[in-house]
Amino acid sequence: MNELAPPRQILDQDWRRILQFGSLCALTLVFIALIGMPVQLDTRILIRRHLSLGYLSLIWIPMIMGYLVSKELVLEGIISAKKGPRDLLAGALTGMIGGAGLSLLAVLINNFDLRDPLLNWSPQTLEQLNFGNGIGFGIGIWLLIGGALGIFGSALHVLPALTAKAVGVALMTVALVSILETAITDLLEGFRLTFITDSLYAKRGGLSVVSTIVLVVFVALVTVLAAGQGDALRVKYDALDAPRRKSANLTMSFAGVIALLLLPLFLGKIMNELLANVGLFVLLALGLNIVVGLAGILDLGYVAFFAVGGYTTAVLTSPNSPWISPELHFGIVILIVIVIAAMIGLAVGAPVIRMRGDYLAIVTLGFGEIIRLLFLSDWLSPYFGGAQGITNIPPVDLGFAEVKGSDPRSVFYLVLFFCAIAIYISWRLQGSRLGRAWMAIREDEKVAEAMGINTVNAKLMAFVVGAILASFSGAVFAAKVGSIFPSSFLILVSIIILVVVIVGGMGNITGVIVGAVVLIGVLGGPKQPGLLQELGTFKLLIYGALLVFMMLKRPEGLVPNARRSHELHQEEFLQDAWLKGIVDDDDEEVTA
Amino acid sequence: MTAVGVRSTRRVSWVDRFLTTLRIVLIALIVVGLLAFIAQQIDNDNAFARRRNPGATGLTAAQVKGLFVTGVAQGAMYGLIALGYSMVYGVLGFINFAHGEVFMLGTMSGFIASTKLSDAGYWESNFIGSFLLIILIAILVSTATAVVMERVAYRPLRDSPRLIPLITSIGVSFFIQNAVLGLFGPNSKSYPQLPEWLAKNRTILTFDIPGTKIMVLVVAAVSMAGLWWVVERTKTGKAMRAVAEDKEIAALMGINVDRTIVLTFAIGGAMAGIGGILWGLSFRSVTHLTGFLPGIKAFTAAVVGGVGNLGGSMAGGVALGTAESLGPQVILEPLGVKGVSQLRDAVAFTALVVVLLFKPAGLFGERLSEDDRA
Amino acid sequence: MTDSTTPTPEADQTPDKGTALLEFRKVNTHYGAVHILKDVDLAIYPGELVCLLGGNASGKSTTLKTLLGMVTPTSGDVVLDGEIVNDKPISYRVERGITMVPENRRLFKRLSVLENLQLGAYLRSDKDGIAADMQHIFELFPRVEERLGQKAGTLSGGEQQMVAIGRALMSRPRVLLMDEPSMGLAPALVQVNFELIEQIHEDGMAIFMVEQNANMALSIADRGWVIQTGRVVLDDTADVLLVHPELRASYLGGRDER
Repeated sequence: MNELAPPRQILDQDWRRILQFGSLCALTLVFIALIGMPVQLDTRILIRRHLSLGYLSLIWIPMIMGYLVSKELVLEGIISAKKGPRDLLAGALTGMIGGAGLSLLAVLINNFDLRDPLLNWSPQTLEQLNFGNGIGFGIGIWLLIGGALGIFGSALHVLPALTAKAVGVALMTVALVSILETAITDLLEGFRLTFITDSLYAKRGGLSVVSTIVLVVFVALVTVLAAGQGDALRVKYDALDAPRRKSANLTMSFAGVIALLLLPLFLGKIMNELLANVGLFVLLALGLNIVVGLAGILDLGYVAFFAVGGYTTAVLTSPNSPWISPELHFGIVILIVIVIAAMIGLAVGAPVIRMRGDYLAIVTLGFGEIIRLLFLSDWLSPYFGGAQGITNIPPVDLGFAEVKGSDPRSVFYLVLFFCAIAIYISWRLQGSRLGRAWMAIREDEKVAEAMGINTVNAKLMAFVVGAILASFSGAVFAAKVGSIFPSSFLILVSIIILVVVIVGGMGNITGVIVGAVVLIGVLGGPKQPGLLQELGTFKLLIYGALLVFMMLKRPEGLVPNARRSHELHQEEFLQDAWLKGIVDDDDEEVTA
Repeated sequence: MTAVGVRSTRRVSWVDRFLTTLRIVLIALIVVGLLAFIAQQIDNDNAFARRRNPGATGLTAAQVKGLFVTGVAQGAMYGLIALGYSMVYGVLGFINFAHGEVFMLGTMSGFIASTKLSDAGYWESNFIGSFLLIILIAILVSTATAVVMERVAYRPLRDSPRLIPLITSIGVSFFIQNAVLGLFGPNSKSYPQLPEWLAKNRTILTFDIPGTKIMVLVVAAVSMAGLWWVVERTKTGKAMRAVAEDKEIAALMGINVDRTIVLTFAIGGAMAGIGGILWGLSFRSVTHLTGFLPGIKAFTAAVVGGVGNLGGSMAGGVALGTAESLGPQVILEPLGVKGVSQLRDAVAFTALVVVLLFKPAGLFGERLSEDDRA
Repeated sequence: MTDSTTPTPEADQTPDKGTALLEFRKVNTHYGAVHILKDVDLAIYPGELVCLLGGNASGKSTTLKTLLGMVTPTSGDVVLDGEIVNDKPISYRVERGITMVPENRRLFKRLSVLENLQLGAYLRSDKDGIAADMQHIFELFPRVEERLGQKAGTLSGGEQQMVAIGRALMSRPRVLLMDEPSMGLAPALVQVNFELIEQIHEDGMAIFMVEQNANMALSIADRGWVIQTGRVVLDDTADVLLVHPELRASYLGGRDER
């Protein structure tokens, strides 16, 4: 592994591979252009006067492709060649072929009209591709840009590891700082550190060129200088014995909680609104995590429980509720919500519990839709308001404060409270007998049954707990928005929560929270904008692509738990163990 | 179902009792609804009918026949889509959630093609030729989509636990839906009008049927017949059935399993493409979301008929279509449910639950592969 | 060079046997990190009936899978007609005359008997040859001809075995691999089954049989190997093996194998 062969000749290329990656690059670029990303995202400036999100959506592709084309799978026993000019050429060519795709597109838009059917086959797109100049410029520039970015991507393999890492981290930081502009500005304002904001960002949004350069250099230097420190710290952490480590974890969590409690006080309204939304989804995700991640049940109709919580709250608290309006206090309503959610959880769960996993998924999807249709129907509108929904849901009166939608900070704290409950419940369940029963059922249901586990009850419990957590979220949602409509409970919501749980890491509490924060925070929820609100129309596309990508490459999620990771990559682990030379050449039995 | 140990039934008795109650309630509802309906039909002022639903007026014979024909035609389209779900499930053991999008792409490409033909004047001047052309295009697009889908998203997951490809297919479905939204915009798109000579009503055996529906039924029947011939009579079809039953042994015969799986996806996709054209010509309006509901309903149809069983899928489709069409008026309305047309979609989902409660292997028995049999 | 009376597997040619049809040369296989077959040497010559004996988890089925192409050796060679075929697909080997009758028959239960037979000839395109072979199978197994239209899953165990063998013969193999042919058969049928196998052998087919029922196998075989935890521990003619003391104790002594 440490021995590298001399770099290959510059013309010793795997032409087929370059062609493959190049065509893929071209196709992706054309696709992105035609769905309108460059044009629509152009409004969001990342680096003032030089880089918009629109152009970034194109630019990152040749970079990635350049990186991938030069990436080589390191196999035991095969001596891989040191990377050199050959790989740079490969990257350049891949990028250029990709860029040529865009050039071709520009030419075609210039000469043909395919506006009907392709919406974005427009002068604006052409304008963008040409950078505002003529068509000749457009053709040439993309070949250049593609090639340059391709080289850059493959250069990450050629540069010494530390430099590549520094460059990578610097770029990521710049991306993060510009994406999180709203959040950072808000936060710094809260701390009265607006001078930082003024120096970082340009007046009209986006980083200024100067600050970008400064940031890049600074972060790169820090990465290089702190090179060994991060690993040293990790080693120290791993070396801690159990009680020490536990107290270390506890301190870190405690600090985190304090930070979380204090954070909203320093943020403005919009950011708090975002936090509140993220919190609602964290709650939903934690619930689905129990159902999907712990018990292994794919409930695609999960949004139905969200709806049940919301409607129960609406009916019981709103004076406008058409059927009965007892106008109960939120605290009492929550208790009733728990009971009703549990009952509906059982009612929905009982028929499906014995079905095959995939049938169960579709049937629960069906239930979700049935419940939504019922809430929407004219037939039941005397009870639930039909398409008009129920309005005038009062704020939550906590005695010392009022939680209402117009004060997102209060909503956030209420949501935080429920999240804490959810986290506690998840954590305790995971370590309990029931949690172990779920794990056994996930592994092999028949064996679990044979061991004496009551699989039906165990699975139903998961359903019920998930239902209750979702209904909490629904209740808070109803109080926050002040009104409830069936259109808030589309299957879309179930699927987005599923993506969050999977991207974060099924069965992993931290992972799910991270997933929710990252996805809902940046991309936004089904109807709520995230930090990158310009991505609004492309949000769902990205969610879909993300789901497919995660399933193919990393089904255990971003923050996996070791066990699940092992389950899903078993074959690979076995192969790796063998390749690492545990195999003897003598006639000894191999230890696995 | 279990090979290991004896399943103690005593422990799960409350769930069983609940389910039995549910079954009884469902049957009771259907029976009472039917009786009320019949009572209504016989005598409009019948006390029994009046008590259930005072506002109901019953249906004329012509209306019932009309609903029936609509249901069968709709069901035939569901059936064509269901074939794809059924075949893929039979071979690989998972639900290709994105198959609804394969159908949608068929209908979308048909829209593009037919509008272009209409603009150029060929639609009216040479309808038959245009029709064949758009069917061909839809078949090509749908088949290509299905094949690419298999290669990119499903083949790498061949050995994963079965929920993984299902989840992946949800992602693929989402992606395609929104890609189409991005490419073609959210507005609903219209197929051009069908020529008068085709669309006019015809009377067959006392049924007054619009020409469009006759076309749907004929094309669906022809496609089904073609499929049957390929699957039952050709060598390739035998290979497909062999792979569907036992991949390992099929490989032993020298059959190229991967290629056969691709073929399965392709044929399922082609059927969905044809279904797409029929749908487009019947309902005339297409959006990026057009595939979602019919997709789920078609899968329901496949389950109702018996997954893996091709004849069953088609029969399930027709059954579901008819139930959806007649159900609201014949069973729900007499029971006192108002605004039943809104609940039409709920009928399909309820049918799924009902079938799975009473006969989980479908009406005609499922055909799964060795590895997937529970 | 050698002083044993048995032909060493390394030799490609021996005056009395001709070129080996199928060979293993120091084959090793792994499943992940676990070492399954260890330096296995085998050779099958035209027209002979050989058997591989061993208990559960001895490596018998892995041997078959490797012969067929379902498993690729991590080292060593699988040689077919002098050609190394380690990473060639199953269809390649089937085309060149290796076929297997799987354990427990594994017919396509939902397809008819006729369709099962037809699938055996999947890779062939000579219609006359296929028809002739099918006739031949009907002569061997008249009961099969009677049940042509029936779904294969509805036949009895013994009949299914016949169809399974027939299906394998339809590819006109030169070497027939058999995986535990007596498994799952009623004792009365086992004898009949082995007589059938012997008959096919007498017609000139080379047969490689993996069996737990050592008695029956050795009674019709020419040669045999015994494999234990992935390693060949005995390699001799059937007559010698039948009276081999260790073998008697483990496999042959008094008990009837299952």
